Amino acid sequence: MRLSKKVAAVSNECVACGSCEKVCPLGAISIFRGLYALVDRNKCIGCGKCQKICPASVISIIDREEQNEKKEILV
Amino acid sequence: MRRKKYWYDYLWIASGLYIILGFFNILFAWLGLICFIVPLLISVISGSKAYCNRYCGRGQLFELLGNRFKLSRNRDIPPWLRSKWFRYGFLAFFMIMFFNMLLNTWLVFSGVRDLKEVVTLLWTFKLPWHWANTTPVPSWIAQFAFGFYSVMLTSTFLGLVTMVLYKPRSWCVYCPMGTMTQGICRLKYKG
Repeated sequence: MRLSKKVAAVSNECVACGSCEKVCPLGAISIFRGLYALVDRNKCIGCGKCQKICPASVISIIDREEQNEKKEILV
Repeated sequence: MRRKKYWYDYLWIASGLYIILGFFNILFAWLGLICFIVPLLISVISGSKAYCNRYCGRGQLFELLGNRFKLSRNRDIPPWLRSKWFRYGFLAFFMIMFFNMLLNTWLVFSGVRDLKEVVTLLWTFKLPWHWANTTPVPSWIAQFAFGFYSVMLTSTFLGLVTMVLYKPRSWCVYCPMGTMTQGICRLKYKG
């Protein structure tokens, strides 16, 4: 399976409200232990629906390669 | 792909109804305790924010008004509003006001103070609400209802304002219950 170029990334200011989990069309996001949103990189296609709905504006859509370098991203 | 709907997806009806019922009989305000006790129990027992994620009718109501009815500007929330300082500061303020409300109830219970049939919006503006206390109950029960309804109405009002200004569920960012349950989860999984 070919992975998309873009992927969702969540910063550590996530409030774990679960809006992103609900809106994700592929079920790629789950709320980990009530602490933050966890993105499954293998499922995420970087559609941006989670970014649009996130009330805290802590989700960004970034290049998959770029994500590997960032430490703040919770995957 | 549309997600299958479950019973808990309709809890926004209960939240809307709660605010409306308070106009007719203030004693319905006691039902709001469910929104305080259940999230705490869930976070303490299961270590999750399942209440916020699934069962919060208020969040659903804001989502519905903001997205479906397009009442939200859908702008990004200012960074200070999601900062830990603000979130925990607001929680502390909220708790102080909550205990003040409990103190008022106690004073009415012990006969030091008389029942005040007012609902206080934003902890400042006193709205006359004398028509809503229709059932003959001990005055401290009514006092708690007036105080609790003030808390619920104030938080709904703040939620509506931030829903319009920012994103539909902006209230969830600084909701004291959300902050508290996340804090409980953090403590539970620490170490």
